[in-house]
Amino acid sequence: MQNRPPRVIVTKIGFDGHDRGSRVIAACLRDAGMEVIYTPPWQEIPTVVKLAMEEDADVIGISSLATDHLIVPRLMDALRDAGLQDIRVIVGGIVPAEDEQQLLRAGVSRVFHPGAALEDIVKEVRQLAKHRQEHKEVQA
Amino acid sequence: MNREGQSTVGAQAMQASRDRWQQEFAAGAKQPGPTTNRSGIPIKPLYTPEDWSGAQYMEQLGFPGEYPNTRGIYPTMYRGRSWSQRQLIGLGTPEDYNQRVKELMGLGASALSLIPCNSVFRGYDADEVPAELLGTCGTVVNSVDDMALAFDGVPLGEMSTALNDPAPFTLLAFALAVARRRGVDWNRITGTSNQSDCISHFVANHMFFRLALQGARRVVTDHIAFVNQHVRQWNPLSIVGQHMQQAGATPAEAMAFTLCSGIQYAEDCLARGMDPDQFLPRFTFFFDISISLFEEVAKFRAGRRVWARLCRERFGAKDPRAWRFKFHGQTSGVDLTRQQPLNNVSRVTVQAMAGIFGGLQSLHTDSYDEVFTVPTQQAARIAVATQNILREEAQLTDVIDPLGGSWYVESLTDQMEQKINAIIEMVDAAGGMYAAVESGLVQKMIGESALAFQTRVDAGEQTIVGVNKYQIEEDARDYPAPQYPDRERMAAHVRRLAEFKTNRSQAAVDRALGDLARAANSKKDNTFAQVVDAAEAGATHGEICATLRRELGFGQPLTIV
Repeated sequence: MQNRPPRVIVTKIGFDGHDRGSRVIAACLRDAGMEVIYTPPWQEIPTVVKLAMEEDADVIGISSLATDHLIVPRLMDALRDAGLQDIRVIVGGIVPAEDEQQLLRAGVSRVFHPGAALEDIVKEVRQLAKHRQEHKEVQA
Repeated sequence: MNREGQSTVGAQAMQASRDRWQQEFAAGAKQPGPTTNRSGIPIKPLYTPEDWSGAQYMEQLGFPGEYPNTRGIYPTMYRGRSWSQRQLIGLGTPEDYNQRVKELMGLGASALSLIPCNSVFRGYDADEVPAELLGTCGTVVNSVDDMALAFDGVPLGEMSTALNDPAPFTLLAFALAVARRRGVDWNRITGTSNQSDCISHFVANHMFFRLALQGARRVVTDHIAFVNQHVRQWNPLSIVGQHMQQAGATPAEAMAFTLCSGIQYAEDCLARGMDPDQFLPRFTFFFDISISLFEEVAKFRAGRRVWARLCRERFGAKDPRAWRFKFHGQTSGVDLTRQQPLNNVSRVTVQAMAGIFGGLQSLHTDSYDEVFTVPTQQAARIAVATQNILREEAQLTDVIDPLGGSWYVESLTDQMEQKINAIIEMVDAAGGMYAAVESGLVQKMIGESALAFQTRVDAGEQTIVGVNKYQIEEDARDYPAPQYPDRERMAAHVRRLAEFKTNRSQAAVDRALGDLARAANSKKDNTFAQVVDAAEAGATHGEICATLRRELGFGQPLTIV
């Protein structure tokens, strides 16, 4: 089990459709050998939760350009309600500093800003997926 | 000695000089090898008459306002009138917007824009969506009453307005309803339906995509036909290259794909029997301006030439006004950085220069803080001042097409034109732009270009100051704070929408929406005429979009990784 590649959902919630970031990240994680489940923008929160459960995702990456990060706390609540609190969530995009604090308090693992190196994102996702897998083994 | 003899001597001297220079250059240059621009065109260290002789001046360039319009679409260009300074505005409730508009009119603004909230872009009313997202990126306008508040005190017959208003064009419908209430003749209303290009939304900026592609296509053509007839000074179509370039297309690809979309819209109008000399003068374009200055200038000059030739030769337009490539430019947000944000002022200045040298008709300069938030007032003022400085202090507008005749710029213009024409041929061979985007061909090319650029940045081959070079330690807390609308005022606005729905005649709304649904299923009716009727009857934006989605399908673009 330990050896399976990280499974990561790359998605956008809310109303914005600027998906250059999410597509570049998805391609880059895939090229790094991960199993990437990519969705088009405007996913409903319950859809993302359902997808995470069905795909046994380790990490959910939310891309946000135009304030959609403001509803990420709703996603965190929904994951908790579904018993999926072990799935790690990262956010990438335009997130103001004070909003970042709010997201971290809501349980988001990490926020990446414009200019972040792809290499660092890959490393972080791999790390988070590993933690989640270890956590699952302990639980089992 | 005869003239021929003289020119032989000249050519020999030039060859000797060139050989000497090449040796000296090869010995001394740190980077003697070729570099390429963003469009993949190799860039030499020096250009001479050997690269562009000017022998075909009249065929390739001509004079400003003369076919093929390479040097500009008007004889006078900026000596006649400046480009329009059209800054994007939109935030909060209609009252919040109106306050900003009145401020701008007080400062002498002659042109306005209205950017609606993302929930509006996606086709919903304020009572259907998470409250946190209302008005954070644009103004919440859902009804004729909202539009009346937004445009309170704005003289609709005098002030040019650009509405960010994709199919089914409800904002224009609300504006027309407000004009009717005020007794303003629709034919006096000027402005543009921005974001009317459904193809660019399907490909790139998915934010504006509401209806299924072929349904949106139908509504766009209906809209052009209606506006040509009833709102004759309005530009119903803005064909957009900006989204594709922001999504990663190279400048050459962005120009080429945009012209391919233009071909499809024009051919749809021709298929309805519309007159190219009537509809083409009302086509406009909207492009991104990156910091790659000379490449952008060449992109615009080449685009102007290719479009003029398409209009005359392919669409059969005879009126010179129908050959004009009118475009709005926006400085590229993708080039801006979160690191050392004030550096963005310099970037925007270079981008704006590229647009001005490229001969644009209307310009939006980004505020340096757009990487963080909807612009603060101070940043928005700097953005406007940048335009004023370039025009009036630097006097960039004194000479028409000032880079024309540069061996480099002319040679680059020709090479961009070749690249553009090659892509147009490829898309034609794929069955036109609709077929090319439905098969994912265009999205794939753009995705590859985006990843290639990011890879160059990561490898340090493309410098971005403060990001991959010249970094300094910064404290993120010093960055500008976000501005979100006042929660209470927004909640009151949502309650007002409920009151609006209670107070209107439900029978009239039901009838109008029924007519709209029927029009959508009948080839003979004009769907946009029914949207206007529905808006006047009190139907909301969300209701109109929902009706058309039921009949024409929900817009879900193809996304490819």
